[in-house]
Amino acid sequence: MKNSIIILCFFICGLMLGLTKFLPDILIENNLSMYVLYILLFVIGIGIGADTKVLKVIKESNIKIILVPLCVVIGSLSGAAAISLFLTDISPKEAMAVGAGFGYYSLSSVLITEINGETLGTIALLANILREILTLLATPIFVKYFGKLAGIAAGGATSMDTTLPIISEYSGKEWAIISIFSGFVLTILVPILVPFILTPF
Amino acid sequence: MIELLAIMFLGMVLGYFLRNHSKFIHVSNKLGIIIIYLLLFVLGISVGLNETIISKIDTIGLKALIITIGSLIGSLIFAYITYKLFFVPKHEK
Repeated sequence: MKNSIIILCFFICGLMLGLTKFLPDILIENNLSMYVLYILLFVIGIGIGADTKVLKVIKESNIKIILVPLCVVIGSLSGAAAISLFLTDISPKEAMAVGAGFGYYSLSSVLITEINGETLGTIALLANILREILTLLATPIFVKYFGKLAGIAAGGATSMDTTLPIISEYSGKEWAIISIFSGFVLTILVPILVPFILTPF
Repeated sequence: MIELLAIMFLGMVLGYFLRNHSKFIHVSNKLGIIIIYLLLFVLGISVGLNETIISKIDTIGLKALIITIGSLIGSLIFAYITYKLFFVPKHEK
């Protein structure tokens, strides 16, 4: 929660600065962000590769844990696509790309901004921050009505870190391993699925 | 967009081999956080400069909420089915 507030602060500070319009052209006409995005993906890759916790989980667990991130992917994408039918100017494809952020708001919003533009990027930022916040607030209710996997599924990519404490409290400590695994798989899938969904063939 | 994946994969290989160099990993993680702050700040600037987005910021927030609810409900339904089919201990069925 603390992290999402800091991120939102940076976004809002930028927003305020943009609103004043007192900006040097060099900041406005930037084509640097693509290269910065490359560096970001590289360091995210380093973090994932260095995370041995997950290798241990895979060695110790049953093959069926792969079903957990899989059901989150299918559920998030189909749910987003279905509800986009009620939105006039968002195509199912765009909604699916936002849903494919799985709560990983920082990466999904910059990726979507780069591929599709600022409007959908802003929607992705807000939607995925909301996903994390709603998971933190409503996991007790989700678990009560949708079973022990509910918090993990709602948390998406955040179930390996920010929402892990609340998940292990309400589903039980024995679910923490599955939670870490699912969050890890979904974290890797964000930069794979988002461009895949948005890039025309 | 394949280059995005190639770059992340290179990072993963490097991270795996340097996984015990905790100082390197720490610096790399910190750099990631700083870049995210920077990119979100820049995104904020371009949104602030974009009058079309600013004029409909309230509907953008509502759309974000609607999409979140859609993906949450979808995930919860599939999680419930998966849980009932594969994760409930046999004797509790």
